[in-house]
Amino acid sequence: MNLFLLSWKYIKDKPLNTFLNVLLMGLGIAIILVLLILNSQLEENLAKNKRGVDLVVGAKGSPLQLILANVYHIDFPTGNIKLDEAKALTRNRQVKSAIPLALGDNYQGFRIVGTNHDYVKLYEGSLASGDLWKYNLECTIGTNVAMQLGLKIGDEFFGAHGLSDTDLDHDEASYKVVGILEPSNSALDNLILTNIESIWQVHAHTAEEGEEEADHDHEPVLGSAYETGLPEGGPDAEITSMLIQFRSAMGAVVMPRMINSDTNMQAASPAFETQRLFSLMGIGVNMIKSFAYIIIVIAGLSIFISLYNALKDRKYDLAIMRSLGASKSKLFVHVIFEGIIITTIGGVLGFVLGHGLVEFLTGLYEKSEAIGISGMVLVKGEFYVLLISIGVGVLASILPAFNAYRTEISKVLAQE
Amino acid sequence: MITIENLNFGYSEKRLLSISHMEIKEKQHLMILGKSGSGKTTLLHILGGLLKPVQGKVLIDDTDLYSLSGTEMDKYRGQNIGLVFQKAHLISALTVKDNLLLAQYFSGIPQDTGRIKEVLNTLNLGEKLNSKVRQLSQGEQQRVTIARALLNKPRVLLADEPTASLDDDNANSVIQLLKEQAENHNASLIIATHDQRVKDAFDLQLNLNEQ
Repeated sequence: MNLFLLSWKYIKDKPLNTFLNVLLMGLGIAIILVLLILNSQLEENLAKNKRGVDLVVGAKGSPLQLILANVYHIDFPTGNIKLDEAKALTRNRQVKSAIPLALGDNYQGFRIVGTNHDYVKLYEGSLASGDLWKYNLECTIGTNVAMQLGLKIGDEFFGAHGLSDTDLDHDEASYKVVGILEPSNSALDNLILTNIESIWQVHAHTAEEGEEEADHDHEPVLGSAYETGLPEGGPDAEITSMLIQFRSAMGAVVMPRMINSDTNMQAASPAFETQRLFSLMGIGVNMIKSFAYIIIVIAGLSIFISLYNALKDRKYDLAIMRSLGASKSKLFVHVIFEGIIITTIGGVLGFVLGHGLVEFLTGLYEKSEAIGISGMVLVKGEFYVLLISIGVGVLASILPAFNAYRTEISKVLAQE
Repeated sequence: MITIENLNFGYSEKRLLSISHMEIKEKQHLMILGKSGSGKTTLLHILGGLLKPVQGKVLIDDTDLYSLSGTEMDKYRGQNIGLVFQKAHLISALTVKDNLLLAQYFSGIPQDTGRIKEVLNTLNLGEKLNSKVRQLSQGEQQRVTIARALLNKPRVLLADEPTASLDDDNANSVIQLLKEQAENHNASLIIATHDQRVKDAFDLQLNLNEQ
């Protein structure tokens, strides 16, 4: 027998009461954990995908949409920009590097992105097998694409127009897988990468069917800028966007204003837009968080009330314990233990519920993998949540424990 | 063995009782008699180290009870003084065994299930070791409290109205049991009671009604 065991036996003696308190505590902690897990993973992944990109230049429209479409590959693109205009921009001396992107097609829901090898370097992607693309209609695929679609090197497939998998197929030209990337926990994992000319070629078929017929089934054409830079194209050639890195901080001051006012293009800063996104989401997150804290306070209150009421019935027990030799401080600790045990079990239940819920939700929502969210990871701050639950236990039991401490043995025992 | 010197104690604001000197020798038993409200429970609590008297000393062997610090007193009480009350105050959330383990734990002596079984057997409670307190009859519960009081081999066994809620037969047998067990354990037995049926059980008596 010891104090901990004694407290535990008292708790076990009242299963319903304990169940209610543990459940309340568990729910509060679970909600907080769900928010914590989602928030920190979102933030982490958003930060990872935007690193090295100072500015995104694309067609006019919503800046947030531009970022979401071209950096995170979640939203639809705002439109296209002229290749010539983009090229003119790269000659600005503030621009250190520019990576072109051409979006618009998908295969089974995975986006086909026309770009160059710099894009892979940006996310520090490395090859698991095969090579990076060089010839038009060759592609290198992300790890999730390979895994979920079961694609291997040498496989061929037809892209579909649009960005969701219900759209029409471009059944004239097929892509060929030449390489598979290692997991990088970035946007690369869910993309099919190819030359920008491949995208043009596929679309040229739909636009000018007859004329290009001759080119069909010929030996592959080497891309004009598969490693770096912008491809060569005609006066009408278009790309979707360009990811720009500045040479100095001055670029961030001058370039966006210049682009937005002097060209037909739009510039948006990933840092600024994601921050805006978070502050928009923050309102909702904060409301749910307050709700969770209210539940935890109610749980603490409920534990306090049940301990306080129980102590009225237990004052004889406490007096007897004193008469058996228990010191005042032992009774104090005995009651505190009771509070802590309940809230800690609640905390552990909340931990399991929280992670389980996130895992369950990510299973329901297929995009969640693309954003990189999982319930099976520990995030920063979970440790504090455990501290919170112990703290609530101490707070809820401190007054009852103090009453136990003050038990007047003789008075209580004489009252029989 | 137990010596009382210049003891003054008030059990209500109006009355103050005093005992100038009293000694209970080894293997001697004392019956404290008095109507309810005469202060016998108060006196018993003072003897048991539960309540500090207004004035005076209580010595058990050579230990001056009220010169001990709070925690020392708690320890001393747990190890040397066994208490039996009118109602069987057991911890109902626990089993018989756990109730007795608690007495060993709180008094700071090693926890010993062998000793617990031994005491329970002498009180014919051997089979109740793992029963919940709630499943026991009134009489059984009373005997468990006696077992608990004797568990740590106390020097003094104090009983407050142990027979008040019992019928004639049981009243006498509980007194006999307490006497027998106290003698087995070499403890002095002090019973406070207003029960006329048992007042003649011991030779040494202290009648608070006459004070």
